[in-house]
Amino acid sequence: MLKPVLVGIMALSASAAVVGAQVSVHVTPPNLDGPRNLADQTANAVVKNYIESWESLRAALAANRPELLDRDFVGAAKQKLTETIQQQAKAGIQTTYKDRSHDVQIVFYSPEGLSVELVDDVEYDVQVSSKGKTMAAQPVHSRYVVVMTPTEVRWRVRVLQAE
Amino acid sequence: MRGSLAALAGGVMLAAAPVLGAQALTVPKTVDAGSSFSIESSGSGQATLYIVGLGGVVQREVQTGSPISIPEGTLFNAGHYIAYLSTAPNDVASFDMVPAKVADVSFLARPSRLPVGLRNGITGAVYLFDAYKNLVTKPIAVNFDISTPNTAPENRSVQTKNGSAWVALDSSPKEGAAHFVAKAGGVSVVRVIQQVPGDPCAIKMSAKPDGKSIALETEPVRDCSGNAIPDGTVVTFTQNYRGGQTTVDVPLKRGVAKVEMPAVPGANITVASGVVLGNEIHWGK
Repeated sequence: MLKPVLVGIMALSASAAVVGAQVSVHVTPPNLDGPRNLADQTANAVVKNYIESWESLRAALAANRPELLDRDFVGAAKQKLTETIQQQAKAGIQTTYKDRSHDVQIVFYSPEGLSVELVDDVEYDVQVSSKGKTMAAQPVHSRYVVVMTPTEVRWRVRVLQAE
Repeated sequence: MRGSLAALAGGVMLAAAPVLGAQALTVPKTVDAGSSFSIESSGSGQATLYIVGLGGVVQREVQTGSPISIPEGTLFNAGHYIAYLSTAPNDVASFDMVPAKVADVSFLARPSRLPVGLRNGITGAVYLFDAYKNLVTKPIAVNFDISTPNTAPENRSVQTKNGSAWVALDSSPKEGAAHFVAKAGGVSVVRVIQQVPGDPCAIKMSAKPDGKSIALETEPVRDCSGNAIPDGTVVTFTQNYRGGQTTVDVPLKRGVAKVEMPAVPGANITVASGVVLGNEIHWGK
């Protein structure tokens, strides 16, 4: 599902809209607050890895499997999501976060190049279920603030926070 | 969020969910991270309350028809949450948990060591967090202050955007340890930046005959701000004569470099350190 979106993102220049089968990703040109130039290749990698992190998030929360966060999350974001999954398991529920659209903009590249901050206007559906039965559902439209840091092979999410 | 803004009471904005069933919930629109809050429920009877978000899950047996109290510290991760009762799962309310006050300044200062007098050579970047590791995203003034002994401190105030702020400052003209402070919301963090002398500004040597040798000695070597170049810095003396060359590397000792070289009439002697070339002496005929 994500492949067409990611291919589209990799081909993005300054601004574009990419519509996949289920997820629409719009990338607004960076509005950088910082002294460091952001290469297109870096920007593309950040957005690509961020969108992929939603896939991990969705899978981990739907199956109550925190280890699925390992690829894309680090630090406080990983810790908080892990705790949430543990609480879900304890309560006997699973959640499905089905992202429908993202409007992503990179807003800060730290001077030393060790973090990138982006904002994302996300529309998603959250559905709570227990033993395969849907208990509650709601569409959500939120602005997320995200901090990503580079690791060995990819950018990982360190802060993921809805406003 | 479903429901309309109903009231602002005690710092908590309340949103009333329309009563669709017998057990509608009325939740605050926003709640400060970690603080206590209350959820109003209509109807009567026992039910299980669920509060679900990316930041946490609360499951609690409640008596509907009376206020449901969520104690301080129960939920503390900022983000969007939905709430519903097991007896009325279609009646979903939602609220946002917002970061509390600044409790932690994540401050990265670079580099840890640099030459004096470098324009915009020092950078500092901060992210502001509350006590629960939530990024404090509302604009907050961050004061950056850098001071080196015997020089005037430099201050800069920067407003955060989306929880982050940065600054670039010049290194001091004087060598020494600079204390680089970032302060926001009453929280200060200090980083120490070592400012070391830059490259030599000029190298001047003199020569004296010493038997069959020449005694060469530099004047104290300093950078362009007058800071002494550290001992151990290598100074190279080179003597060119009749197609031959002698080179001697000498570390600075007490700020000067000394060496003896064979006295070769007609030789040209130069001195250099790094990319800086000093004066040249022509010896004898």
